[in-house]
Amino acid sequence: MLSHNAGGVRSWFASGEPWVWMNAAAVALSIIAVVGLLGLIAVRGLAHFWPADVLEVTYQDRTGQRVTLGERVESEFIPIERYAEASVREDDDRAAGLDVVERTLYKVGNRRATPPDFMWIYSHDIVGTATPESVFVLERTEWGNAYGYLESLTDDGVVVATGADAAAAFLQRMDAATELREEIAALEGGELNRINYGLEQLRLEERRLVIEGRDTAAALADIDAQRQVLNADYQVAEEALRQLHGALARSSVTLRLAEGRTIDVKLSEIVRAWQPNLMSVLDKLGHYGASVALFLTDNPREANTEGGIFPAIFGTVLMVMLMSILVTPFGVIAAIYLREYARQGTFVRLIRIAVNNLAGVPSIVYGVFGLGFFVYFIGGTLDELFYPEALPSPTFGTPGLVWASLTLALLTVPVVVVSTEEGLTRIPRSLREGSMALGATKAETLFRVILPMASPSILTGVILAIARAAGEVAPLMLVGVVKLAPTLPLDGNFPFIHLERKFMHLGFHIYDVGFQSPNVEAARPLVFATALLLVLIIVGLNLTAIMLRNRLEQRYRGVES
Amino acid sequence: MSNVGTNGAQRTVDTLADTSISVRDLSLYYGDKQALIDISLDIPQRQVTAFIGPSGCGKSTLLRCFNRMNDLIDDVRIEGLIELEGHDINAKSVDVAQLRRRVGMVFQRPNPFPKSIYENVAYGMRIHGGVTKSEMDDRVEWALKSAALWDEVQDRLKDSALGLSGGQQQRLVIARAVAVQPSVLLLDEPASALDPISTLKIEELIHQLKDDYTIAIVTHNMQQAARVSDHTAFLYLGELVEFGGTEQIFTNPRERRTEDYITGRYG
Repeated sequence: MLSHNAGGVRSWFASGEPWVWMNAAAVALSIIAVVGLLGLIAVRGLAHFWPADVLEVTYQDRTGQRVTLGERVESEFIPIERYAEASVREDDDRAAGLDVVERTLYKVGNRRATPPDFMWIYSHDIVGTATPESVFVLERTEWGNAYGYLESLTDDGVVVATGADAAAAFLQRMDAATELREEIAALEGGELNRINYGLEQLRLEERRLVIEGRDTAAALADIDAQRQVLNADYQVAEEALRQLHGALARSSVTLRLAEGRTIDVKLSEIVRAWQPNLMSVLDKLGHYGASVALFLTDNPREANTEGGIFPAIFGTVLMVMLMSILVTPFGVIAAIYLREYARQGTFVRLIRIAVNNLAGVPSIVYGVFGLGFFVYFIGGTLDELFYPEALPSPTFGTPGLVWASLTLALLTVPVVVVSTEEGLTRIPRSLREGSMALGATKAETLFRVILPMASPSILTGVILAIARAAGEVAPLMLVGVVKLAPTLPLDGNFPFIHLERKFMHLGFHIYDVGFQSPNVEAARPLVFATALLLVLIIVGLNLTAIMLRNRLEQRYRGVES
Repeated sequence: MSNVGTNGAQRTVDTLADTSISVRDLSLYYGDKQALIDISLDIPQRQVTAFIGPSGCGKSTLLRCFNRMNDLIDDVRIEGLIELEGHDINAKSVDVAQLRRRVGMVFQRPNPFPKSIYENVAYGMRIHGGVTKSEMDDRVEWALKSAALWDEVQDRLKDSALGLSGGQQQRLVIARAVAVQPSVLLLDEPASALDPISTLKIEELIHQLKDDYTIAIVTHNMQQAARVSDHTAFLYLGELVEFGGTEQIFTNPRERRTEDYITGRYG
């Protein structure tokens, strides 16, 4: 019986089934790891935008009983030893007899009025919690959220509403304030931006004339006239802006904080206001959607820990697209030469090995090369040749979008070369001969038959290049990415796309918010949210390219032989 | 006017037809290896000339000399003279693309481009240019009719050529070659990858085409050579053993090796 069993095990091994199981287990493990990672990022990132209830917590302190308002962030248990170390009270006996101590992190906001804005409260200190209905949350342009009860609404220093009336009047005013704020943003981004850009161009134009010795009185007068016009425009725009700001600053609210103090907040400082404890789940969902939309479309504030990440999204996508546009012709031409025209031999083989190995060079090395070659050498030369009027401040001789794209194109060119070459080798000889036999030259055959057929492989290379480039951060820090870019690389001023400008990038944004932020607790959820967005954008870019490739592949299916 | 070539084979055929391609003392080397040895023969105009012989005898290589397809292979060296209608095709002044336009070729396996049926036929015309849209339409229709394919594909000209059957693909490739109006058609075992019915259609097509084109066909199949050709050349190990009228070759070969081959003693 025993020998029969042994034979059974042996034949089970011989059947190959254990290997199938092992493969299945390995695949399952990989999937669990990926899904788990994405799930963690998604949960931690997306939870940030939920308008949680605001609790009024009464707790015991060294100085007696205290009250605070805040959103519950997380709870944890810590060992009593750590508690003893952290506790400042020698005579503390409340925790006596406990092995572990529970503590809860509350986001209490009101930075500047009552620092810190995040606070751990021990469970055994808590006397009681309540969810007061009338509590207000104000998202401020500076200093983060404010939590408190609305006392009164003031217009031009005169109190116009108090108590319950104040809430309704305030929310109404907020709608008007939002409109005003949008008008201000439109004015600053549109008209004022245009005027400033125009004035800067005129200054450069004048310098250029002086440098080139063409500064005739007529030319200078012409420039002066144009400047007069712009200055007049500026006066008008500035007056309009001043009025808008004045209208926005007219009203303010008085907020009573939990411990009884009051603070005044101008309406111009409030982005949004809501009463979470009064909101139904549906209201909260609406607020949640608005928060996510704001995150995606707004500019960052408060050292990137508040507001949105639109410039980073825009910069990432634009940089990756520029990189694809640069790397594709470069890689394809190189692959065509290597495969179709170069005489195959030791030298070409060496070049091929070198190209493949380029893919393994650490990316920071490309960053250093990009800074030295593209930025300082090429950019510096361009400045001397074409932008002498702007010197000593560099135009292209400083890190910028085009150099970042070029550096990443260089980084990813081996991927495109390798996959294009593979595509070219796969095209059957019979098709080349068929084309040549009809009187086509080699170049005609290449363009009409071979390249279209190799396009799926080329796109595979581009997909891999995008996947690699979109996740790169290290080289970008040297050649163009900044923590905060004042302007987008794309705007309404001719020539509309400004390749020399510095830009923001999601990958660098994660690094910056996660590691360079002064406010760790506020930054943490944003790191997750930004990471999730970066992953989604890369997936989106890849899916677009994959769909394109699949359509091409379908067209050429059945020729491989 | 029968005379005897250097290798003993008959060089010209007793016929009134003009010579289309004339070959004199042609030798071809792949590197050090000689693949064709001192071949001389005249291919008559508007007739079908078949090249038979065992695998590796050089018949495809010889065919590929006529449109200089061997140029695409590294390390090929040619000696001797090949003339198309009196002009040396290997001369330096010859534009290879123009030569290939005049000498069309159809390969063993159908090799349509991954384009529509229409675009396949139009390919050569697009390369050479100078054809208006309506002329193009006419020429495509005419070429497809010449290749006896029009009735089968006229409703789906925009469909991919890869959706056609093997036999249809091979006729499409013939139409593609005919569309550029060559004077010579080289067929390199055009039916060897096809089923018997498709083969029959191709053979019928060859019969029709020989009114307008000089046809040189390489085939493994001796019955096929006997059926479709007017003249037959037998090659063996790179040598032209015998060249003559098809009937004479198959009924009364002069050479012993020819007789051995066509009676199936080797091959």
